[in-house]
Amino acid sequence: MFYRENGQYKTTYAADQQMLPILQDRVFMAGLLVVAFVAVPFFASDYLFLSLLIPFLILTLAAIGLNLLVGYCGQISIGHAAFMAVGAYAAYNIALRIPQLNFLVVLVLAGLIAAAVGMLFGVPSLRIKGLYLAVATLAAQFFTDWLFARVKWFTDYASSGSVSTAPIVMFGWTIDTPVKKYCFLLAVLIVFTLIAKNLVRGHIGRAWMAMRDMDVAAEVIGIRPVYAKLSAFAVSSFYVGVAGALWGFMHLGSWEPLAFNLTLSLNLLFMIIIGGMGSLLGSYFGAAFIVMLPILLNQLPTLLGVPISTAMISHLELMIFGALIVFFLIVEPHGLARLWAVGKEKLRLWPFPH
Amino acid sequence: MSGGATVERVTGEVIIAVEGVSLAFGGVKALSDVSFDVREHEVRAIIGPNGAGKSSMLNVINGVYHPQRGTIRLKMDGTLREFHDMDPHEVALSGIARTFQNLALFKGMSVLDNIMTGRNLRMHSNILLQALRLGPAAKEEIEHREAVERIIDFLEIQAWRKTPVGRLPYGLQKRVDLGRALALEPSVLLLDEPMAGMNVEEKQDMCRFILDVNDHFGTTIVLIEHDMSVVMDISDRVVVLDYGRKIGDGTPDEVRGNQAVIDAYLGVSH
Repeated sequence: MFYRENGQYKTTYAADQQMLPILQDRVFMAGLLVVAFVAVPFFASDYLFLSLLIPFLILTLAAIGLNLLVGYCGQISIGHAAFMAVGAYAAYNIALRIPQLNFLVVLVLAGLIAAAVGMLFGVPSLRIKGLYLAVATLAAQFFTDWLFARVKWFTDYASSGSVSTAPIVMFGWTIDTPVKKYCFLLAVLIVFTLIAKNLVRGHIGRAWMAMRDMDVAAEVIGIRPVYAKLSAFAVSSFYVGVAGALWGFMHLGSWEPLAFNLTLSLNLLFMIIIGGMGSLLGSYFGAAFIVMLPILLNQLPTLLGVPISTAMISHLELMIFGALIVFFLIVEPHGLARLWAVGKEKLRLWPFPH
Repeated sequence: MSGGATVERVTGEVIIAVEGVSLAFGGVKALSDVSFDVREHEVRAIIGPNGAGKSSMLNVINGVYHPQRGTIRLKMDGTLREFHDMDPHEVALSGIARTFQNLALFKGMSVLDNIMTGRNLRMHSNILLQALRLGPAAKEEIEHREAVERIIDFLEIQAWRKTPVGRLPYGLQKRVDLGRALALEPSVLLLDEPMAGMNVEEKQDMCRFILDVNDHFGTTIVLIEHDMSVVMDISDRVVVLDYGRKIGDGTPDEVRGNQAVIDAYLGVSH
């Protein structure tokens, strides 16, 4: 009744091609931004920021990066935590060796280094695809695990192998409290989401999707697989590299090479599968699902006043988590983003059945 | 559109020359020593029984397969140029577009995006401009959108612009496939069984679109088709393949009277 586009005529292609063509969507998005920037910082507790919101924002960024590659370009990778590690260590080393550099510049440089490494590991995609490519990308994972554990230069010869970072100072503004971190990360995420949206609706995004859907047809209409696939690897690794740098500096503070292991890679993959492949919104949903669900499950018995031992809770948490993933995939194999789209479709007709 | 056209059709110079092409996959000979040419503005049909090598021939012209022997020359900037191990990108640049036998649309994308993808070759704004959708990138997007809308109008698929192609009925998907090829503004259009699996009405529509493209834009058409009445009606010259060999070449009437062709289609008694 309230959500429909009747009477909103588009008279130019520019108006037809805008990001949110329906007025109600724009109003909703504006409201959401106000809540995220104004209401949340006032009402959320430090615990909420540190264990929920900050990981959620950073992992969403990483999930968007992975989604560009897997969901949009159809090139599967199960070694993406490797590029997070490259981003994190690149940012650490740049900040260590050129301390006067602005953190934003450090982030971009770290992203670019991750992009270069990502392109290198994307080269096999020119010859192999599907599961074989997935196995080839595992090489990236094992290689970086080894590199950052063994080559001491990257960790500044720290005896324990772990590195730690100082709070970030930027334009005379120290990002030390959880609220400041949250606001900074939210701004970064919004900018990167807009960029991703522009890319996927531009001609490079269409080239990626064409490679994903039918590679021979894409070649025949003049899309070069080398360019399409490697650009997807580069952009994806850039995003993931930036996310890795933020994960290290803003969430972990100090970390060891194992922080970016295979489990993290698989978690990223779960996020986009559960959230929705080929959907930016799905990356948000997926990250929220993976970050929030374990915490929610952990808190639930206490909230309900059920007396269970903590060991029992942590076992149950894993079991229920696994069961829920299976449940959601059966109900909607295209992910939470599709559920959202179906809901919107229904809302357009509501309260009428057709 | 009845058999035996009385109007003299004007065709131009040779635009594709296939000379002595042989292609084998391991022990299977898909094509042996096939030669023919395609002239500007004509409708050239390739016919033959199943497995005769027709689709392989198109794939060779497209640069998807590389023949072991023989050459393909394509007209580029006014002269015939010989290509060695062409890649599909070069062929597309030289103005050859293609539709597919088994629909090869981009299933996850809308009709509009599918046809827009056909314009990719002509879009040049770099990744940074696209990322920020700054002036030139946004302008380019709108210019090409206009060209695509003209194709959508031409094919009468306005109502399905934003529908994901996977949801469209088969006949319309074939039309979108044609639209995507037309978006390249090709000088030669290769059509691989554009009317397979269609009912009579859909076939008539498709014939009309093909002839209109040929008429209005002067596009050369190379088509593979099994429906003989369609082939005989719309084509200027016909090549007949059987077991990878050329067994006939000429106007529809000549081909119809060719004994080897009749034998290939009807079989011979021993």
